[in-house]
Amino acid sequence: MRSRWIRGLIPALYLLLIYSFILLPVAVLMLFSFQASALPVPPFNGPSLRWYQELFADDRMISALWHSMIIGVISALIATIIGFLAAYALTRFRPRGSQILRGLIMSPLGVSYLVIGFGLSISANQLALGKSLWMVIVGHVVVNMPLAFAIIMSQIKEEDISYEKAARDLGASEFMVISRVVIPILSPGLLAAFLLSFTLSWDEFIISLFLTRFDVTLPVEIWSALRTGLNPQTNAAGTLVFVISVVVLVSAYAFTRRRKGASR
Amino acid sequence: MKRSALQGWALSGPALIVTGVLFLAPMALVIVYSFWQRVGGSIDQTPTLANYQKILSDPTFANSLVNSLQVVTLTVIISVLVAYPFAYVIAYKVPPKWQGILLLLAVLPFWTSYVVRSYSWLLVLAKQGVVNNALTSSGLISDPISIANTRTGTIIAFVHFFTMVCALTIYASLRQIPDTYRKAARDLGASPFRTFVAVTLPLSLPGVVVGAFLTFVLAIGDFITPQIVGGGNELLLPQVIMLQINRRGDFPLAAALSVVLLLLVVIVYLISAKKLVLRRPT
Repeated sequence: MRSRWIRGLIPALYLLLIYSFILLPVAVLMLFSFQASALPVPPFNGPSLRWYQELFADDRMISALWHSMIIGVISALIATIIGFLAAYALTRFRPRGSQILRGLIMSPLGVSYLVIGFGLSISANQLALGKSLWMVIVGHVVVNMPLAFAIIMSQIKEEDISYEKAARDLGASEFMVISRVVIPILSPGLLAAFLLSFTLSWDEFIISLFLTRFDVTLPVEIWSALRTGLNPQTNAAGTLVFVISVVVLVSAYAFTRRRKGASR
Repeated sequence: MKRSALQGWALSGPALIVTGVLFLAPMALVIVYSFWQRVGGSIDQTPTLANYQKILSDPTFANSLVNSLQVVTLTVIISVLVAYPFAYVIAYKVPPKWQGILLLLAVLPFWTSYVVRSYSWLLVLAKQGVVNNALTSSGLISDPISIANTRTGTIIAFVHFFTMVCALTIYASLRQIPDTYRKAARDLGASPFRTFVAVTLPLSLPGVVVGAFLTFVLAIGDFITPQIVGGGNELLLPQVIMLQINRRGDFPLAAALSVVLLLLVVIVYLISAKKLVLRRPT
Protein backbone atom coordinates (compact mmCIF):
# COMPACT_ATOMS: atom_id res chain seq x y z
CA MET A 1 0.00 0.00 0.00
CA ARG A 2 2.71 2.39 1.03
CA SER A 3 5.01 1.56 -1.91
CA ARG A 4 2.11 2.09 -4.29
CA TRP A 5 1.54 5.53 -2.85
CA ILE A 6 5.21 6.36 -3.38
CA ARG A 7 5.08 5.00 -6.90
CA GLY A 8 2.30 7.46 -7.64
CA LEU A 9 4.15 10.30 -5.94
CA ILE A 10 7.35 10.20 -7.99
CA PRO A 11 5.65 10.79 -11.38
CA ALA A 12 3.56 13.57 -9.83
CA LEU A 13 6.68 15.27 -8.45
CA TYR A 14 8.41 14.92 -11.80
CA LEU A 15 5.47 16.57 -13.56
CA LEU A 16 5.52 19.38 -11.00
CA LEU A 17 9.25 19.90 -11.52
CA ILE A 18 8.93 19.98 -15.31
CA TYR A 19 5.97 22.34 -15.25
CA SER A 20 7.81 24.74 -12.94
CA PHE A 21 10.75 24.68 -15.35
CA ILE A 22 8.48 25.18 -18.36
CA LEU A 23 6.43 27.99 -16.89
CA LEU A 24 9.16 29.77 -14.87
CA PRO A 25 10.41 32.20 -17.54
CA VAL A 26 6.93 33.22 -18.68
CA ALA A 27 5.81 33.68 -15.08
CA VAL A 28 8.83 35.87 -14.35
CA LEU A 29 8.27 37.82 -17.57
CA MET A 30 4.63 38.51 -16.70
CA LEU A 31 5.20 39.26 -13.02
CA PHE A 32 7.87 41.87 -13.67
CA SER A 33 5.82 43.55 -16.39
CA PHE A 34 3.83 44.87 -13.39
CA GLN A 35 7.00 46.13 -11.68
CA ALA A 36 6.72 49.68 -10.32
CA SER A 37 10.44 50.52 -10.43
CA ALA A 38 12.78 50.71 -13.39
CA LEU A 39 14.37 47.22 -13.34
CA PRO A 40 12.51 43.95 -13.97
CA VAL A 41 14.45 42.03 -11.29
CA PRO A 42 13.71 41.19 -7.63
CA PRO A 43 12.53 42.63 -5.33
CA PHE A 44 9.07 42.94 -6.88
CA ASN A 45 7.48 46.22 -5.81
CA GLY A 46 4.32 46.38 -7.90
CA PRO A 47 1.74 45.81 -9.06
CA SER A 48 1.75 48.83 -11.31
CA LEU A 49 0.43 49.45 -14.81
CA ARG A 50 3.08 52.08 -15.42
CA TRP A 51 4.97 50.09 -18.09
CA TYR A 52 1.80 49.16 -19.95
CA GLN A 53 0.92 52.86 -20.12
CA GLU A 54 4.37 53.61 -21.48
CA LEU A 55 4.04 50.74 -23.94
CA PHE A 56 0.75 52.00 -25.33
CA ALA A 57 2.14 55.54 -25.52
CA ASP A 58 5.10 54.22 -27.55
CA ASP A 59 4.15 54.92 -31.18
CA ARG A 60 6.88 52.72 -32.64
CA MET A 61 5.77 49.71 -30.59
CA ILE A 62 2.11 50.20 -31.44
CA SER A 63 2.70 50.59 -35.17
CA ALA A 64 4.98 47.52 -35.05
CA LEU A 65 2.14 45.65 -33.33
CA TRP A 66 -0.27 46.55 -36.15
CA HIS A 67 2.29 45.56 -38.79
CA SER A 68 2.66 42.17 -37.12
CA MET A 69 -1.11 41.69 -36.98
CA ILE A 70 -1.65 42.56 -40.63
CA ILE A 71 1.33 40.54 -41.85
CA GLY A 72 0.15 37.60 -39.73
CA VAL A 73 -3.37 37.62 -41.17
CA ILE A 74 -2.36 38.12 -44.82
CA SER A 75 0.53 35.64 -44.81
CA ALA A 76 -1.47 33.00 -42.93
CA LEU A 77 -4.37 33.38 -45.36
CA ILE A 78 -2.12 32.97 -48.40
CA ALA A 79 -0.19 30.08 -46.82
CA THR A 80 -3.40 28.25 -45.92
CA ILE A 81 -5.03 28.68 -49.34
CA ILE A 82 -1.96 27.65 -51.32
CA GLY A 83 -1.17 24.82 -48.91
CA PHE A 84 -4.75 23.57 -49.09
CA LEU A 85 -4.87 23.55 -52.91
CA ALA A 86 -1.63 21.58 -53.08
CA ALA A 87 -2.64 19.15 -50.32
CA TYR A 88 -5.97 18.50 -52.03
CA ALA A 89 -4.39 18.13 -55.47
CA LEU A 90 -1.67 15.76 -54.33
CA THR A 91 -3.95 13.47 -52.31
CA ARG A 92 -6.91 13.36 -54.72
CA PHE A 93 -5.41 13.55 -58.18
CA ARG A 94 -2.04 12.01 -57.39
CA PRO A 95 -0.17 13.37 -60.41
CA ARG A 96 2.93 11.42 -61.38
CA GLY A 97 5.74 12.09 -58.93
CA SER A 98 3.43 13.35 -56.18
CA GLN A 99 5.71 11.76 -53.57
CA ILE A 100 8.59 13.90 -54.80
CA LEU A 101 6.39 16.99 -55.01
CA ARG A 102 5.31 16.44 -51.42
CA GLY A 103 8.95 16.31 -50.28
CA LEU A 104 9.75 19.37 -52.35
CA ILE A 105 6.90 21.42 -50.87
CA MET A 106 7.90 20.45 -47.32
CA SER A 107 11.64 21.03 -47.87
CA PRO A 108 11.71 24.60 -46.43
CA LEU A 109 10.89 23.06 -43.02
CA GLY A 110 14.42 21.64 -42.84
CA VAL A 111 16.18 24.93 -43.46
CA SER A 112 17.10 27.45 -40.78
CA TYR A 113 15.00 30.64 -40.88
CA LEU A 114 18.32 32.47 -40.77
CA VAL A 115 19.36 31.00 -44.12
CA ILE A 116 15.89 31.50 -45.65
CA GLY A 117 15.86 35.14 -44.56
CA PHE A 118 19.39 35.67 -45.87
CA GLY A 119 18.54 33.99 -49.19
CA LEU A 120 15.44 36.13 -49.67
CA SER A 121 17.31 39.26 -48.74
CA ILE A 122 20.15 38.74 -51.25
CA SER A 123 17.59 37.71 -53.90
CA ALA A 124 15.63 40.91 -53.32
CA ASN A 125 18.92 42.76 -53.56
CA GLN A 126 19.77 41.07 -56.86
CA LEU A 127 16.37 42.04 -58.28
CA ALA A 128 16.70 45.59 -56.89
CA LEU A 129 13.62 45.10 -54.71
CA GLY A 130 13.71 47.18 -51.55
CA LYS A 131 13.15 45.89 -48.06
CA SER A 132 9.53 46.22 -46.97
CA LEU A 133 6.72 44.68 -44.99
CA TRP A 134 5.53 43.08 -48.27
CA MET A 135 8.75 41.13 -48.39
CA VAL A 136 8.07 39.90 -44.84
CA ILE A 137 4.70 38.56 -46.02
CA VAL A 138 6.53 36.70 -48.79
CA GLY A 139 9.03 35.29 -46.29
CA HIS A 140 6.32 34.13 -43.92
CA VAL A 141 4.38 32.46 -46.73
CA VAL A 142 7.55 30.56 -47.66
CA VAL A 143 8.01 29.14 -44.14
CA ASN A 144 4.34 28.64 -43.19
CA MET A 145 2.93 27.21 -46.41
CA PRO A 146 4.72 23.84 -45.99
CA LEU A 147 3.33 23.59 -42.47
CA ALA A 148 -0.23 24.45 -43.56
CA PHE A 149 0.19 21.93 -46.38
CA ALA A 150 1.27 19.19 -43.94
CA ILE A 151 -1.52 19.90 -41.45
CA ILE A 152 -4.26 19.96 -44.09
CA MET A 153 -2.89 16.89 -45.84
CA SER A 154 -3.06 14.95 -42.56
CA GLN A 155 -6.76 15.88 -42.31
CA ILE A 156 -7.78 14.72 -45.80
CA LYS A 157 -9.37 11.32 -45.44
CA GLU A 158 -9.69 8.62 -48.06
CA GLU A 159 -13.32 7.91 -47.15
CA ASP A 160 -14.49 11.50 -47.73
CA ILE A 161 -13.87 10.98 -51.44
CA SER A 162 -17.35 9.44 -51.75
CA TYR A 163 -18.98 12.80 -50.93
CA GLU A 164 -16.94 14.42 -53.68
CA LYS A 165 -17.89 11.66 -56.12
CA ALA A 166 -21.55 12.07 -55.23
CA ALA A 167 -21.33 15.82 -55.82
CA ARG A 168 -19.64 15.25 -59.22
CA ASP A 169 -22.24 12.65 -60.21
CA LEU A 170 -24.93 15.19 -59.41
CA GLY A 171 -23.29 17.55 -61.90
CA ALA A 172 -21.23 19.84 -59.64
CA SER A 173 -18.31 21.60 -61.29
CA GLU A 174 -14.81 21.16 -59.85
CA PHE A 175 -15.06 24.61 -58.26
CA MET A 176 -18.38 23.69 -56.62
CA VAL A 177 -16.99 20.39 -55.35
CA ILE A 178 -14.14 22.24 -53.67
CA SER A 179 -16.17 25.13 -52.26
CA ARG A 180 -19.30 23.23 -51.21
CA VAL A 181 -17.93 19.81 -50.22
CA VAL A 182 -14.18 19.75 -49.64
CA ILE A 183 -13.76 23.03 -47.75
CA PRO A 184 -16.66 22.47 -45.30
CA ILE A 185 -15.39 18.96 -44.48
CA LEU A 186 -11.85 20.23 -43.93
CA SER A 187 -12.77 23.44 -42.09
CA PRO A 188 -11.28 22.44 -38.70
CA GLY A 189 -7.97 21.54 -40.36
CA LEU A 190 -8.02 24.73 -42.44
CA LEU A 191 -8.68 26.82 -39.35
CA ALA A 192 -5.92 25.06 -37.42
CA ALA A 193 -3.50 25.66 -40.30
CA PHE A 194 -4.50 29.33 -40.52
CA LEU A 195 -4.17 29.97 -36.78
CA LEU A 196 -0.88 28.12 -36.48
CA SER A 197 0.50 30.06 -39.46
CA PHE A 198 -0.74 33.29 -37.89
CA THR A 199 0.97 32.65 -34.55
CA LEU A 200 4.20 31.57 -36.21
CA SER A 201 4.19 34.73 -38.32
CA TRP A 202 3.24 36.85 -35.30
CA ASP A 203 6.21 35.45 -33.37
CA GLU A 204 8.74 35.28 -36.20
CA PHE A 205 11.83 37.41 -35.83
CA ILE A 206 14.82 36.73 -38.02
CA ILE A 207 13.19 36.76 -41.46
CA SER A 208 11.50 40.03 -40.52
CA LEU A 209 14.84 41.43 -39.39
CA PHE A 210 16.39 40.62 -42.78
CA LEU A 211 13.53 42.00 -44.85
CA THR A 212 12.57 45.23 -43.06
CA ARG A 213 14.28 48.53 -42.61
CA PHE A 214 12.21 51.39 -41.14
CA ASP A 215 8.76 49.86 -40.72
CA VAL A 216 9.31 46.76 -38.60
CA THR A 217 7.32 43.99 -36.91
CA LEU A 218 6.78 43.66 -33.16
CA PRO A 219 9.49 41.04 -32.46
CA VAL A 220 12.01 43.19 -34.35
CA GLU A 221 10.99 46.25 -32.34
CA ILE A 222 11.34 44.25 -29.11
CA TRP A 223 14.76 43.13 -30.30
CA SER A 224 15.90 46.73 -30.74
CA ALA A 225 14.49 47.57 -27.30
CA LEU A 226 16.72 44.81 -25.85
CA ARG A 227 19.83 46.82 -26.70
CA THR A 228 19.02 49.15 -23.83
CA GLY A 229 19.17 46.20 -21.42
CA LEU A 230 16.55 44.81 -19.06
CA ASN A 231 13.47 47.02 -19.04
CA PRO A 232 9.96 46.39 -17.67
CA GLN A 233 8.45 47.89 -20.82
CA THR A 234 9.98 45.01 -22.77
CA ASN A 235 8.31 42.68 -20.25
CA ALA A 236 5.00 44.38 -20.93
CA ALA A 237 5.44 44.05 -24.70
CA GLY A 238 6.50 40.40 -24.32
CA THR A 239 3.50 39.68 -22.12
CA LEU A 240 1.22 41.20 -24.75
CA VAL A 241 2.77 39.06 -27.53
CA PHE A 242 2.36 35.99 -25.35
CA VAL A 243 -1.24 36.68 -24.31
CA ILE A 244 -2.36 37.30 -27.89
CA SER A 245 -0.71 34.07 -29.10
CA VAL A 246 -2.31 32.09 -26.28
CA VAL A 247 -5.77 33.54 -26.89
CA VAL A 248 -5.53 32.64 -30.59
CA LEU A 249 -4.34 29.10 -29.88
CA VAL A 250 -6.70 28.32 -27.04
CA SER A 251 -9.65 29.47 -29.15
CA ALA A 252 -8.39 27.23 -31.98
CA TYR A 253 -8.20 24.31 -29.54
CA ALA A 254 -11.67 25.04 -28.17
CA PHE A 255 -13.04 25.38 -31.69
CA THR A 256 -11.68 22.05 -32.93
CA ARG A 257 -12.90 20.39 -29.70
CA ARG A 258 -16.42 21.72 -30.21
CA ARG A 259 -16.40 20.60 -33.83
CA LYS A 260 -15.39 17.13 -32.76
CA GLY A 261 -18.13 17.08 -30.13
CA ALA A 262 -20.73 18.36 -32.57
CA SER A 263 -19.97 15.75 -35.20
CA ARG A 264 -20.52 12.91 -32.77
CA MET B 1 -7.30 10.06 -66.00
CA LYS B 2 -5.36 12.58 -68.01
CA ARG B 3 -7.70 15.39 -67.01
CA SER B 4 -7.31 14.64 -63.32
CA ALA B 5 -3.50 14.66 -63.58
CA LEU B 6 -3.76 18.06 -65.24
CA GLN B 7 -6.01 19.32 -62.46
CA GLY B 8 -3.55 17.99 -59.90
CA TRP B 9 -0.77 20.02 -61.46
CA ALA B 10 -2.93 23.13 -61.78
CA LEU B 11 -4.06 23.08 -58.15
CA SER B 12 -0.59 22.43 -56.78
CA GLY B 13 0.81 25.09 -59.12
CA PRO B 14 0.81 27.99 -56.63
CA ALA B 15 2.58 25.86 -54.01
CA LEU B 16 5.17 24.75 -56.55
CA ILE B 17 5.73 28.34 -57.65
CA VAL B 18 6.20 29.45 -54.03
CA THR B 19 8.61 26.60 -53.39
CA GLY B 20 10.51 27.05 -56.64
CA VAL B 21 10.68 30.82 -57.01
CA LEU B 22 10.65 31.93 -53.38
CA PHE B 23 12.54 29.08 -51.72
CA LEU B 24 14.69 27.04 -54.13
CA ALA B 25 15.85 30.01 -56.20
CA PRO B 26 17.03 32.00 -53.14
CA MET B 27 18.75 28.87 -51.80
CA ALA B 28 20.46 28.42 -55.17
CA LEU B 29 21.56 32.05 -54.99
CA VAL B 30 23.05 31.43 -51.53
CA ILE B 31 25.05 28.54 -52.99
CA VAL B 32 26.16 30.65 -55.97
CA TYR B 33 27.15 33.52 -53.64
CA SER B 34 29.28 31.14 -51.59
CA PHE B 35 31.57 30.71 -54.61
CA TRP B 36 31.94 34.45 -55.12
CA GLN B 37 34.28 36.62 -53.16
CA ARG B 38 34.15 40.02 -51.60
CA VAL B 39 37.04 42.16 -52.78
CA GLY B 40 37.19 45.56 -51.14
CA GLY B 41 33.67 46.96 -51.19
CA SER B 42 32.35 44.93 -54.13
CA ILE B 43 31.75 41.33 -55.06
CA ASP B 44 33.96 39.48 -57.50
CA GLN B 45 31.83 36.95 -59.38
CA THR B 46 34.67 34.73 -60.56
CA PRO B 47 34.00 31.27 -59.10
CA THR B 48 36.39 30.50 -56.28
CA LEU B 49 36.72 28.25 -53.23
CA ALA B 50 38.32 31.07 -51.23
CA ASN B 51 35.46 31.33 -48.70
CA TYR B 52 35.54 27.63 -47.95
CA GLN B 53 39.31 27.70 -47.62
CA LYS B 54 38.95 30.58 -45.18
CA ILE B 55 36.38 28.63 -43.15
CA LEU B 56 38.76 25.69 -42.93
CA SER B 57 41.87 27.71 -42.11
CA ASP B 58 40.60 30.53 -39.86
CA PRO B 59 40.09 29.17 -36.32
CA THR B 60 37.21 31.63 -35.68
CA PHE B 61 35.00 29.58 -38.00
CA ALA B 62 36.21 26.15 -36.96
CA ASN B 63 35.70 27.15 -33.31
CA SER B 64 32.16 28.37 -33.91
CA LEU B 65 31.38 25.11 -35.69
CA VAL B 66 32.76 23.08 -32.79
CA ASN B 67 30.92 25.27 -30.24
CA SER B 68 27.66 24.85 -32.14
CA LEU B 69 28.04 21.08 -32.41
CA GLN B 70 28.89 20.76 -28.71
CA VAL B 71 26.05 22.99 -27.52
CA VAL B 72 23.51 21.39 -29.82
CA THR B 73 24.59 17.81 -29.04
CA LEU B 74 24.31 18.49 -25.31
CA THR B 75 20.94 20.13 -25.91
CA VAL B 76 19.66 17.10 -27.83
CA ILE B 77 20.84 14.63 -25.17
CA ILE B 78 19.51 16.58 -22.18
CA SER B 79 16.21 17.41 -23.90
CA VAL B 80 15.53 13.76 -24.75
CA LEU B 81 16.48 12.62 -21.24
CA VAL B 82 14.22 15.21 -19.60
CA ALA B 83 11.37 14.78 -22.08
CA TYR B 84 11.17 10.98 -22.11
CA PRO B 85 9.96 10.45 -18.51
CA PHE B 86 7.67 13.44 -18.89
CA ALA B 87 6.04 12.02 -22.04
CA TYR B 88 5.91 8.58 -20.40
CA VAL B 89 4.09 9.86 -17.32
CA ILE B 90 1.60 11.83 -19.43
CA ALA B 91 0.96 8.93 -21.80
CA TYR B 92 0.64 6.12 -19.23
CA LYS B 93 0.07 7.54 -15.74
CA VAL B 94 -2.38 10.34 -16.46
CA PRO B 95 -6.06 9.66 -17.29
CA PRO B 96 -6.66 10.17 -21.04
CA LYS B 97 -9.06 13.07 -20.58
CA TRP B 98 -6.37 15.12 -18.82
CA GLN B 99 -3.61 14.35 -21.31
CA GLY B 100 -4.68 16.93 -23.88
CA ILE B 101 -4.92 19.74 -21.34
CA LEU B 102 -1.56 18.87 -19.76
CA LEU B 103 0.15 18.84 -23.15
CA LEU B 104 -1.49 22.13 -24.07
CA LEU B 105 -0.21 23.65 -20.82
CA ALA B 106 3.26 22.29 -21.51
CA VAL B 107 3.48 23.86 -24.96
CA LEU B 108 2.13 27.28 -23.89
CA PRO B 109 5.54 28.97 -23.53
CA PHE B 110 6.36 27.52 -26.94
CA TRP B 111 4.10 30.24 -28.36
CA THR B 112 6.03 33.21 -27.10
CA SER B 113 8.28 34.57 -29.75
CA TYR B 114 11.90 33.39 -29.82
CA VAL B 115 12.95 36.87 -28.84
CA VAL B 116 10.58 37.11 -25.88
CA ARG B 117 11.39 33.59 -24.65
CA SER B 118 15.12 34.25 -24.72
CA TYR B 119 14.65 37.60 -23.02
CA SER B 120 12.65 35.85 -20.27
CA TRP B 121 15.56 33.50 -19.66
CA LEU B 122 17.88 36.46 -19.46
CA LEU B 123 15.60 37.88 -16.74
CA VAL B 124 15.68 34.60 -14.85
CA LEU B 125 19.41 33.95 -15.17
CA ALA B 126 20.84 37.49 -14.93
CA LYS B 127 23.21 38.46 -12.12
CA GLN B 128 20.37 40.29 -10.28
CA GLY B 129 17.80 37.82 -11.65
CA VAL B 130 15.35 35.50 -9.94
CA VAL B 131 17.60 32.44 -9.70
CA ASN B 132 20.56 34.33 -8.25
CA ASN B 133 18.23 36.22 -5.93
CA ALA B 134 16.75 32.99 -4.59
CA LEU B 135 20.17 31.36 -4.20
CA THR B 136 21.81 34.28 -2.40
CA SER B 137 18.89 35.11 -0.12
CA SER B 138 18.59 31.47 0.92
CA GLY B 139 22.28 31.51 1.75
CA LEU B 140 23.21 28.74 -0.69
CA ILE B 141 25.76 30.97 -2.40
CA SER B 142 27.32 34.23 -1.27
CA ASP B 143 28.02 35.86 -4.64
CA PRO B 144 25.73 35.81 -7.68
CA ILE B 145 26.89 33.32 -10.32
CA SER B 146 27.02 34.17 -14.00
CA ILE B 147 24.74 31.91 -15.98
CA ALA B 148 23.53 34.50 -18.44
CA ASN B 149 26.13 35.24 -21.11
CA THR B 150 27.60 31.75 -20.89
CA ARG B 151 27.23 28.49 -22.76
CA THR B 152 25.26 27.09 -19.81
CA GLY B 153 22.67 29.84 -20.26
CA THR B 154 22.24 28.96 -23.93
CA ILE B 155 21.87 25.27 -23.13
CA ILE B 156 19.28 25.92 -20.38
CA ALA B 157 17.19 28.08 -22.71
CA PHE B 158 17.53 25.54 -25.53
CA VAL B 159 16.60 22.61 -23.29
CA HIS B 160 13.55 24.55 -22.10
CA PHE B 161 12.25 24.85 -25.64
CA PHE B 162 13.31 21.49 -27.04
CA THR B 163 12.11 19.43 -24.08
CA MET B 164 8.65 20.36 -25.32
CA VAL B 165 9.39 19.41 -28.91
CA CYS B 166 10.79 16.02 -27.85
CA ALA B 167 7.98 15.44 -25.34
CA LEU B 168 5.42 15.85 -28.12
CA THR B 169 7.10 13.47 -30.56
CA ILE B 170 7.86 10.87 -27.85
CA TYR B 171 4.30 11.12 -26.49
CA ALA B 172 2.90 10.53 -29.99
CA SER B 173 5.14 7.48 -30.35
CA LEU B 174 4.19 6.06 -26.93
CA ARG B 175 0.48 6.46 -27.65
CA GLN B 176 0.84 4.44 -30.83
CA ILE B 177 2.06 1.35 -28.99
CA PRO B 178 -0.98 -0.90 -28.49
CA ASP B 179 -1.71 -1.54 -24.78
CA THR B 180 -1.89 -5.24 -25.57
CA TYR B 181 1.86 -5.38 -26.27
CA ARG B 182 2.74 -4.26 -22.77
CA LYS B 183 0.03 -6.44 -21.26
CA ALA B 184 1.35 -9.46 -23.15
CA ALA B 185 4.85 -8.84 -21.82
CA ARG B 186 3.53 -8.59 -18.27
CA ASP B 187 1.41 -11.74 -18.66
CA LEU B 188 4.47 -13.63 -19.84
CA GLY B 189 6.12 -12.70 -16.54
CA ALA B 190 8.29 -9.72 -17.48
CA SER B 191 8.98 -7.23 -14.69
CA PRO B 192 7.87 -3.61 -15.28
CA PHE B 193 11.51 -2.72 -15.93
CA ARG B 194 11.98 -5.55 -18.41
CA THR B 195 8.70 -4.62 -20.13
CA PHE B 196 9.98 -1.10 -20.54
CA VAL B 197 13.41 -2.06 -21.85
CA ALA B 198 12.25 -4.85 -24.15
CA VAL B 199 8.92 -3.51 -25.42
CA THR B 200 8.10 0.14 -24.72
CA LEU B 201 11.52 1.73 -25.25
CA PRO B 202 12.36 0.11 -28.61
CA LEU B 203 8.88 0.83 -29.97
CA SER B 204 9.05 4.47 -28.91
CA LEU B 205 12.47 5.07 -30.50
CA PRO B 206 11.01 6.57 -33.70
CA GLY B 207 9.55 9.39 -31.55
CA VAL B 208 12.93 9.88 -29.89
CA VAL B 209 14.72 10.03 -33.25
CA VAL B 210 12.20 12.49 -34.73
CA GLY B 211 12.39 14.69 -31.61
CA ALA B 212 16.18 14.59 -31.56
CA PHE B 213 16.31 15.40 -35.28
CA LEU B 214 13.95 18.37 -34.96
CA THR B 215 15.93 19.60 -31.96
CA PHE B 216 19.18 19.37 -33.86
CA VAL B 217 17.85 21.13 -36.96
CA LEU B 218 16.10 23.94 -35.12
CA ALA B 219 18.83 24.49 -32.51
CA ILE B 220 21.81 24.49 -34.86
CA GLY B 221 20.21 27.19 -37.02
CA ASP B 222 19.02 29.41 -34.18
CA PHE B 223 20.61 32.80 -33.81
CA ILE B 224 18.39 34.41 -31.17
CA THR B 225 18.89 32.20 -28.12
CA PRO B 226 22.70 32.11 -28.23
CA GLN B 227 22.79 35.82 -29.01
CA ILE B 228 20.45 36.96 -26.23
CA VAL B 229 21.10 34.40 -23.48
CA GLY B 230 24.59 33.20 -24.40
CA GLY B 231 25.99 36.60 -25.30
CA GLY B 232 29.01 37.34 -27.41
CA ASN B 233 31.78 35.64 -25.44
CA GLU B 234 31.61 32.36 -27.25
CA LEU B 235 30.07 32.50 -30.70
CA LEU B 236 27.98 29.79 -32.32
CA LEU B 237 27.75 29.30 -36.08
CA PRO B 238 24.56 31.38 -36.64
CA GLN B 239 26.07 34.25 -34.66
CA VAL B 240 29.18 34.16 -36.84
CA ILE B 241 26.97 34.16 -39.96
CA MET B 242 25.08 37.22 -38.69
CA LEU B 243 28.37 38.90 -37.86
CA GLN B 244 29.55 38.50 -41.46
CA ILE B 245 26.28 39.94 -42.75
CA ASN B 246 25.72 42.84 -40.36
CA ARG B 247 29.18 43.98 -39.29
CA ARG B 248 31.47 42.91 -42.10
CA GLY B 249 28.99 43.05 -44.98
CA ASP B 250 30.74 39.93 -46.34
CA PHE B 251 27.76 38.22 -47.99
CA PRO B 252 29.76 35.58 -49.92
CA LEU B 253 31.45 34.36 -46.73
CA ALA B 254 28.09 34.37 -44.90
CA ALA B 255 26.69 32.35 -47.81
CA ALA B 256 29.50 29.78 -47.54
CA LEU B 257 28.87 29.46 -43.79
CA SER B 258 25.15 29.02 -44.53
CA VAL B 259 25.98 26.22 -46.94
CA VAL B 260 28.01 24.55 -44.17
CA LEU B 261 24.96 24.87 -41.90
CA LEU B 262 22.71 23.34 -44.58
CA LEU B 263 25.15 20.47 -45.13
CA LEU B 264 25.18 19.69 -41.40
CA VAL B 265 21.38 19.41 -41.45
CA VAL B 266 21.45 17.18 -44.54
CA ILE B 267 24.04 14.88 -42.95
CA VAL B 268 22.06 14.56 -39.74
CA TYR B 269 18.88 13.98 -41.76
CA LEU B 270 20.51 11.13 -43.69
CA ILE B 271 21.76 9.53 -40.47
CA SER B 272 18.44 9.77 -38.64
CA ALA B 273 16.39 8.73 -41.68
CA LYS B 274 18.45 5.53 -41.84
CA LYS B 275 17.92 4.90 -38.12
CA LEU B 276 14.20 5.47 -38.51
CA VAL B 277 13.83 2.90 -41.26
CA LEU B 278 15.91 0.34 -39.35
CA ARG B 279 14.01 0.69 -36.11
CA ARG B 280 10.47 1.05 -37.38
CA PRO B 281 8.37 -1.88 -36.13
CA THR B 282 6.63 -3.86 -38.84
